[in-house]
Amino acid sequence: MIGFLFRRLGAMLILLLVVSFITFTLFQFGPADPAAASCGQECTPERVEQARIALGLDKPFFVQYLAFLSGLVGPRMLGAPGAEQVCAWPCLGKSFQTNENVTDMIANALPYTVSLTVGAVVLWTVVGVGMGLFAALRKGKLADRLIVGAASFGVSLPIPVTGLVLLLVFVGTLGWLPFTTNAIRSPFGEAGFFGWTTNYLLAWIALAVLFSAQYVRITRNNMIETFSEDFMRTARAKGLSRGTIVFKHGVRAGITPIVTMLGLDLGAMLGGAVLTEQIFSVPGLGFTAVRAATSGDLPVTMAITMLAAFFIILFNVIVDVSYAFIDPRVRVN
Amino acid sequence: MTATASTPTTAKPVATGRSLLATAWMRIRRSRIAMASLAVVVGMVLFAILAPVLVAIEGQDPNTTNTTPEVLDNFYTPGLPLPQYMYPSAEHWLGVEPGLGRDLFARLAYGARVSLVIALLATLVSVVLGTILGAAAGYFGGKVDMVISRIMDLFLAFPHLLLVLSIAPILQSRLAGTALGSGSFVPIASLVIVLGFFGWAYLARVVRGQVLTIRQQEFIDAAQSYGTSHRSMIFKQVIPNVTGVVLVYATMMIPTNITAEAALSFLGVGVKDPTPSWGQMLNAAQAGNWYLSDPWFLAVPSIALIITVLAFNLLGDALRDALDPKSSR
Repeated sequence: MIGFLFRRLGAMLILLLVVSFITFTLFQFGPADPAAASCGQECTPERVEQARIALGLDKPFFVQYLAFLSGLVGPRMLGAPGAEQVCAWPCLGKSFQTNENVTDMIANALPYTVSLTVGAVVLWTVVGVGMGLFAALRKGKLADRLIVGAASFGVSLPIPVTGLVLLLVFVGTLGWLPFTTNAIRSPFGEAGFFGWTTNYLLAWIALAVLFSAQYVRITRNNMIETFSEDFMRTARAKGLSRGTIVFKHGVRAGITPIVTMLGLDLGAMLGGAVLTEQIFSVPGLGFTAVRAATSGDLPVTMAITMLAAFFIILFNVIVDVSYAFIDPRVRVN
Repeated sequence: MTATASTPTTAKPVATGRSLLATAWMRIRRSRIAMASLAVVVGMVLFAILAPVLVAIEGQDPNTTNTTPEVLDNFYTPGLPLPQYMYPSAEHWLGVEPGLGRDLFARLAYGARVSLVIALLATLVSVVLGTILGAAAGYFGGKVDMVISRIMDLFLAFPHLLLVLSIAPILQSRLAGTALGSGSFVPIASLVIVLGFFGWAYLARVVRGQVLTIRQQEFIDAAQSYGTSHRSMIFKQVIPNVTGVVLVYATMMIPTNITAEAALSFLGVGVKDPTPSWGQMLNAAQAGNWYLSDPWFLAVPSIALIITVLAFNLLGDALRDALDPKSSR
């Protein structure tokens, strides 16, 4: 088990290095000259050169890359020669655009993304798995066909459409909910749990519509498969109660693929729900990444891409490990 | 690993002498939903192909702006179309855009071309890459398999949207410098490259799995025994046997790519005004909060998107049921 974990973590580090290297390389082909951009408009060529040196962009590619990596190991010096500043560990550099410390930017953006993720995941798991299970129990009946039909429709709804329609109806027309504000980052702040919920509710629903539909499908198919297995017939023959049969025998056996999907989706979401954050103006990681990517802000884009890849890989490992706990048939080797 | 891990499925021999497509067609024809989705898909493709004709019949074009006070309100909400221009009429079949007063039907029709061309070409790129790489990995095994599989893992672990988001502007600026850099070619080509290049890994994994089981079958030994080259083994023996799976995944990839185009253009890194696409139209609906005062402007591209994506998804489901021996419903 320990060996397995170490091997997976080692592979994770290598993958992250590759991701960072690819992102770094891509930006060498980038459109914008970050030095000119950070210097501002009407900047003399000499000033642009100074900015280039201050940003460290005058150095060869590999030196730049190694300098970036050194910031992940310990503190590093940033800024023009003679006016260097210490950038504390973990140092991800400074934004080319705003000169802000990238680590701070991420620390600022993360709570928004986590708020968005937590609510949406809870909502779509409850709705998706619940309805999928219900449909499986009513296989072939009207309720099942309605749920399956709704799920087919749900997976076909693009997030921008759902998001804008929700805003139009509940904020614009009915006025039941406010537009999302930047002020509420967590349920523990001044606004309290209620304020937090109302602030993120529409964004959660927009995500949950799409994801619930996927979870309905996978839950229903898995449960139907599980319910038709021999041990389920045995459980029925033993005269166990319906609740015990469904939840203790059925769900426990058929839940593995759902946990896999949940883990992978959770990892992907934590890296920033780009579209949802953009539509609802939630200044999380995805929102920050869009701004950085479109303005050629390499340090910010790199940091967020790496963090997103980190979450994806981390949750892959968590899913693998959790198998052993959920499903005794699995032995980690 | 577990009971759920893929146990090699021996493909059932399909009805005698009937080709794969014929079997699929036979089964699809029996399902009313599948036929309806097929009709919608064909209809949408025709709509896109015939866009210039339809728009000519309407007597409008997608780029003529009309901001005169007879069309757009200048007083209460500057730029909002007057009621008789906002909604469908004989003159403007789907009304006009707020802000610039361009004809919505013309933009929807020309947008359909852009959206569908991007989705179809991107799918083609992914399918070609995924099938060849997946087949090579499964067929050769060993080191080739290891290298290709690691690359697949890398692509699957990459935060797609973030990467695509940073690559699209880079690619556009690179392409813009070339001789091709005119008109709407650059954004379309860059979206095709980006979406196509990031969609192959999943298909490759599926194809690889299939090929691993195909490789065990006797006809492969037979072909090998009379000295067939690797190249002809892969293209003539192996790939024809994964056509069904590839077809199913390709059909499912098209709606994903339509949505991805919409997403990227919506974020402002894909197709940009004045070139219309469904994503660009969504972007325009959100820009300046037009969707709040002119919901119809949001509804037009949204409905087109939902209908098309839904039809492709349902068709993909039907194809999977018809072609995939594992799914028995």
